[in-house]
Amino acid sequence: MERVNHLASKKAAVIFTKSSCYMCHSIKQLFYELGASPEIHELDQEANGREMESALRGLRNPSVPAVFIGGKYVGSAKDIISLHVDGSLKQMLIDAKAIWF
Amino acid sequence: MGSRKGKAGAKDDNKVMTGMPSFVPAIPTSNSLGTEGNTIRSSRISDFGTFEQSLGFRVEDAVDLNPVYSQMKSSSQALGTDVQFATLNKSLASSDMNLSAAIAGSHMLQLRKEPQANLVSTSGGHRENWGESTMAEASPRTDTSTDDTDDKNQRHERGLSIVVAASDSSDKSKEKSGDQKTLRRLAQNREAARKSRLRKKAYVQQLESSRLKLTQLEQELQRARQQGIFISSSGDQSHSMSGNGALAFDVEYARWQEEHNKQINELRTAVNSHAGDTELRTIVDNVVAHFDDIFRLKGTAAKADVFHILSGMWKTPAERCFLWIGGFRSSELLKLLVNQLEPLTEQQLVGIYNLQQSSQQAEDALSQGMEALQQSLADTLANGSPSPSGTSGNVANYMGQMAMAMGKLGTLEGFLRQADNLRQQTLQQMHRILTTRQSARALLAINDYFSRLRALSSLWLARPRE
Repeated sequence: MERVNHLASKKAAVIFTKSSCYMCHSIKQLFYELGASPEIHELDQEANGREMESALRGLRNPSVPAVFIGGKYVGSAKDIISLHVDGSLKQMLIDAKAIWF
Repeated sequence: MGSRKGKAGAKDDNKVMTGMPSFVPAIPTSNSLGTEGNTIRSSRISDFGTFEQSLGFRVEDAVDLNPVYSQMKSSSQALGTDVQFATLNKSLASSDMNLSAAIAGSHMLQLRKEPQANLVSTSGGHRENWGESTMAEASPRTDTSTDDTDDKNQRHERGLSIVVAASDSSDKSKEKSGDQKTLRRLAQNREAARKSRLRKKAYVQQLESSRLKLTQLEQELQRARQQGIFISSSGDQSHSMSGNGALAFDVEYARWQEEHNKQINELRTAVNSHAGDTELRTIVDNVVAHFDDIFRLKGTAAKADVFHILSGMWKTPAERCFLWIGGFRSSELLKLLVNQLEPLTEQQLVGIYNLQQSSQQAEDALSQGMEALQQSLADTLANGSPSPSGTSGNVANYMGQMAMAMGKLGTLEGFLRQADNLRQQTLQQMHRILTTRQSARALLAINDYFSRLRALSSLWLARPRE
C-alpha cells in the first residue's frame, strides 16, 4: 500500500489500471477528454503489481481502475462517473492543478 | 421441339433446352421465367419423363432450393407435408420461384393434374404470398396458352393424360372435349381450389405451431412465476423484485412500467390542478425513487442474462433504435428537455448545460471502452494460430482462446452497470438543478417522449403489409 501511495502522490492525477481492463480504458479516456494527463500505472506490467492490486482491492472491488487525485484515493469507475456527473470531478482536478479550467 | 420457339427469345428457349435431360442449372430470375414461362411449360410437357424427373426439373428452377429439394426428394413418397413445410418456410422468403417450385414439389398430385395452370402461377409477376396469385394473372397466361398451336395443345393433353392416373377428378373428360373457354374456366377453378387447399394447409400448420409455442410459453411463465414467488418470500419488499432470467425480467419490467404510468398520471393531475409545492414534491420524489427500482431490477437481471438487457429485447422496436448499452442516452434526454423547461435561470441553464456535457463525455468514454472490448474480443477469436505441437496443442489453444474470450465477455456486465449508473446519476442531478415544478414538467416530458416511441412501435408492428 505504501508503494501505491507513493506513486499516487507523485502526480496530480494517478490511475492504476490493468491492460486487460476495458473499464480502465473508459476512465482513462474520460480523463483525457477533460484535458488531464493522468499518470497511468498498469499493474500487470509493474513490479510488485500483484501486491499493489491486492492493496487496492482492500479499498474497492474491482481493484481497478483506482483513481487518485492530489494523492488522495477518489474511487473506482462508479465513483468517477458519479462525481463527473455532478461536476465534482472537474473541481477536484482543478483544485489539484491537474487541469486549469 | 425446335419449332416451338414461339413466346420467348430463341436464346431463352435454348437455355431451357440444354438443361432438359438432367437437372437444370438454376434459371437466374423469376422475371425471366415469366417471359419464358410458356416455352418452358411446353418443353416440359413434351419431355415428360418420369414423375420425379419432371418434378426435379421444376424444382431445380428455384435458385437456392437444393437443400429443400433433397429433403423433398427423400420424402417424396410419404408427402410428409409437415416436414416439408418446415423446410419450405425457410426458403419461402427467398423468391417467388422458390415458392411455386417448392409448392410444386410438395403437392405433386395436384400439380400433375394441371401443370399448365401451375406454370401459369409460376410465370406470374409480382407475388409475395404463394396463395395469392390472382385469377387476373392466371388468365392472360391461360389465354396465350390456349391460343397456342394445336401442336402445343396436343402435347398438353398428352401430358394431362399421363397425369390422369394420379388425378382423382373427373375433369379430364371435360378437358378432352377441348372447348377453349371451358378449358380456361376449369383451369382457373382448379387453380383457385388448389390455392385454397394450400392456404388452409398453411393456416392449420400455423395454428398448430402457435399452439405448441403457447403451451411452451405458459410453462416458462409458470416456472418464472415460481422463481419470483420464491424469492419475494425471502425479501422484505412488497412486490417481488427478482430478476432471474430474461422472461422474469420482462414480467418485472411490465409491472414496473404499469406502476410508473400510474405515478405519472398522478403527477399530471397534480400539475394540471396546480397542486401545492409540497404535494408536488412528494409525487416527484416518488417517481425518481421508482426509477431507482428499474435500475436495480436491470442490475439483477444482468447478472443472470446480460445479453438480454444489452439486446434491448425487453423494449419496443422503436425504443431499441436508440439503444445505448442497454438503455437510453442521458445526453439525448437532456437535449429534448432543454427547450421544454423554459424559463430557466442563468444558473440553471449553466447547470443543465454542464450536465449535458458531462453525460455526453461519460457516454463517449464508456462507448470507447466497449469498442476496445469488442476489438479485443474479435482479436482473441481471430487468432487461431496453429500450434506446432499438433492437434492436442490446437485443442489447448482453442480452449485457451475460449477461456480468454469468456473472461472478456464477463466484463460486459460492468459496462452495463456503469451505463445505468450514469443514467441514474444524470436523472438525480437534473432533479437537483431544477425546481420541483420544473422537475415535474421534465418527468412528464420524458414520459411523453417514451410513450410516443412506444406508440410508434405499436403502429409499426401493426402496419399493413402488401
